Amino acid sequence: MSLTDLLGTFMLLLAIPFFWGGSLGLLRFPDIYTRLHALTKADNLGLGLVVAGSILMSKEWTVGVKLLLIWLAVLVASTISCYLIANAARKRKITPWKIP
Amino acid sequence: MNYYLWPALFILISVVMGLIRILRGPTAADRMLAAQLFGTGGVAILLILAQAMQMPSLVDVALIYALLAAVTMVVFVRRQWGNHENERKMKDESH
Repeated sequence: MSLTDLLGTFMLLLAIPFFWGGSLGLLRFPDIYTRLHALTKADNLGLGLVVAGSILMSKEWTVGVKLLLIWLAVLVASTISCYLIANAARKRKITPWKIP
Repeated sequence: MNYYLWPALFILISVVMGLIRILRGPTAADRMLAAQLFGTGGVAILLILAQAMQMPSLVDVALIYALLAAVTMVVFVRRQWGNHENERKMKDESH
């Protein structure tokens, strides 16, 4: 087992806490704005770690470029959807959560 | 089986845990957020499986998944949840 494989496996393992954090945030945060925050940040960082680990373990550089494109597509998608949902929620006059 | 499958299993558990929000979520957008969690987690699981099972075509599946997740959310907000004037006309109770 080479060093890059070891580093890639470490990154895959490091991605798991971010996914768990995203799911816990989605379950426990009080309103839609904070849930957007949990989902679009933590999960994309976890996916970035998975992509980085896969790039380290991939054998051809073209596969690495494709993996980077996938991460870019997911980042763009989550950014756009976060803006659209927050904007629609504001138009519906859903008030942001405040510390009671 | 090889040990690359363990991270995929843990990510799958976290995604299934997030699906509880579909049952509870007060607004429709909360439920769609759980669907987006499924999109992100599904892409990660597919990438790990492509490594673990030596199937490079799964990377293409993950790419399609990522692109479809974007389209899903945009269509949901533009056609369903965003324009609630239409929705009020249709007497939709789902906030």
